[in-house]
Amino acid sequence: MSRFLARIAPQLVTLAAIVVLVTLFFPDFIQISFERGRFVGPIIDVLKRGAPVALLAIGMTLVIATRGIDLSVGTVMAITGAVGAWAIASGYGVVPALLLAMVAGLACGLWNGILVAIIGIQPIVATLILMTSGRGVAQLITEGRILTFNDPAFAFFGSGTLLGIPFPAVLWLLLAVAVTLLMRRTALGMLVEAIGINRAASALAGVNARVLLIAVYMASGLCAAFAGIVATADIRGADANNAGLWLELDAILAVVIGGNSLLGGRFSIAASVLGALIIQTIDTGILLAGFPSEYNLVIKAGLVLLILLLQSPNLAHTWRFLRDEAMRRREPEPELHTRKEIEP
Amino acid sequence: MTANARLYPLFATIAIFIAAYAICWMQFPYMLSTRVVGNLLTDNAYLGIVAVGMTVVILSGGIDLSVGSVIAFSGVFISVVLRDTSLHPLVVFALLLSVTTAFGAFMGLIIHWLAMPAFIVTLAGMFLARGAAYMLTIDSVPIDHAFYEFIKDSYYLMPGKGRLTVIAVVMLLSVAFGALIAHRTRFGASVFALGGGVQTARLMGVNVGQTTVLVYAFSGFMAGLSGIVFSIYTGSGYPLATVGTELTAIAAVVIGGTILTGGAGYVVGTLFGVLTMGLIQTYIVFDGTLSSWWTKIVIGLLLLLFIVLQKGLLKLTGTQRDAALA
Repeated sequence: MSRFLARIAPQLVTLAAIVVLVTLFFPDFIQISFERGRFVGPIIDVLKRGAPVALLAIGMTLVIATRGIDLSVGTVMAITGAVGAWAIASGYGVVPALLLAMVAGLACGLWNGILVAIIGIQPIVATLILMTSGRGVAQLITEGRILTFNDPAFAFFGSGTLLGIPFPAVLWLLLAVAVTLLMRRTALGMLVEAIGINRAASALAGVNARVLLIAVYMASGLCAAFAGIVATADIRGADANNAGLWLELDAILAVVIGGNSLLGGRFSIAASVLGALIIQTIDTGILLAGFPSEYNLVIKAGLVLLILLLQSPNLAHTWRFLRDEAMRRREPEPELHTRKEIEP
Repeated sequence: MTANARLYPLFATIAIFIAAYAICWMQFPYMLSTRVVGNLLTDNAYLGIVAVGMTVVILSGGIDLSVGSVIAFSGVFISVVLRDTSLHPLVVFALLLSVTTAFGAFMGLIIHWLAMPAFIVTLAGMFLARGAAYMLTIDSVPIDHAFYEFIKDSYYLMPGKGRLTVIAVVMLLSVAFGALIAHRTRFGASVFALGGGVQTARLMGVNVGQTTVLVYAFSGFMAGLSGIVFSIYTGSGYPLATVGTELTAIAAVVIGGTILTGGAGYVVGTLFGVLTMGLIQTYIVFDGTLSSWWTKIVIGLLLLLFIVLQKGLLKLTGTQRDAALA
């Protein structure tokens, strides 16, 4: 437990620092009230709005741990949202719509997984194919329109509440816990890390890297399906052009802010989800703090660069070097002093 | 033997372009006119220029996600400066190019000094450039300047009344310039070495830091030039323009036969990659019944085709090398 806390400490500190910073500009930020059977407040809003990126970050963490990357998740969100909305609009009911959307997500993941694990295409290119062509597929499903529907049961997944907490927040929290348990209570997590560190060596050690890689990309597709369902249910419509647009970049950023190496290996889902929350807090915070919205991206870029700077391995090395230098300089100080006095 | 095998992706790209053009021509004979060719070059000029910069970045084993935002920033910068000052556009162009080149060099410096992945650094650069564009203006700013009218009105009338515009010529010159730099200079050799492997490049005596900085500075310069061309093409600056152009450019580079891991490819191939993608769009316009989303699906399939083709070629050359060694 203490090791777990030590792992996510930098992310927790960053999140706390940003919350404090936002609260300085906007004192009401940390206020939460209970109204009409649900919690209301900026923080609750962050938890809800951060849901798509948090959900994507869970799958993305696993993919990145295998030394891969999944650029297609935003597009998969659009496809699964379109499939779900299409099923609802065609009168299939909520459960089949959800299942169809999830199957669509798994199928997209299977496609990516086959390209990466069996054909052996670099992950960034393999998923780029689905990223560019997938939006065309989503538009094919919605026939180029924004497919709207009015089904309160499906809309619940976007705007409903469970025990007063927005359902999307509950969803990512539960999924993060479930995937973490699945990875850490079994050997799966270690096997995923083994592939990321050295695929050839892990294969020699008996890890079925091929099947596991496909499974990991399918997991990412499933997470994207959940995110797509949430995003579609939230606006009660499937927008093939804009659903999940550029969210893959936010998800990757969340994983990197979570301290996971893009070169694979050790991973922490909790840290990635905290990374997603950090991004959402920055986004919401900039708006609430009353900065003109034109400044959003510049401030975000600045903060991201700062966080990355602090995490940079080279900089940590330089810090240690400077500290050692300073200590070395402090010790022989008297000697320098005397020499100076002698000189004139 | 291997030198020839390396040319296969380039030949494949050119062959596919010619075959696609032939199919289009059989269906719509008018496709083979200088007017269509002229428009194909003009409409894709900004993409071609930025893709040249992207090719060099990818050859070095990196990636530059910031170029789309830099193009938008360039358009906004030009239009706002022209609106608020009386500077001549050429002076503004020089200013802009130095800004975007410095921006690229800065990203290269961070990538090298902090040993951070290019993907993440240029992602932050993408936010930064887009944000800077928003800070200048959030509106679409029209450009009204005699010089712009002059550039738009000057073109070479090809036989068949096709127009070879200034921006199309700029694009073709950029491709030639990029090819010259990548394949005929010491810097180009360093770029290829870097793409082949940082460790080996360093052992070969390549100045890794300098090369990295120059590669991203070159990409920034090309993105700025592309922004100038885009502002001439649209006659305005808009901070929301060219969202996602970086990925279109990457796709063009891959279709052009350059390997995304770096170290192998040709700048000329990228030109054909851009033209192939433009051709698909032209075909859809000519056809009139196909929906625009087919563009995306066909480009995706082309991407897949090329990657699998390259994969096969790599395997082929690999077995040849093994056979030679044995």
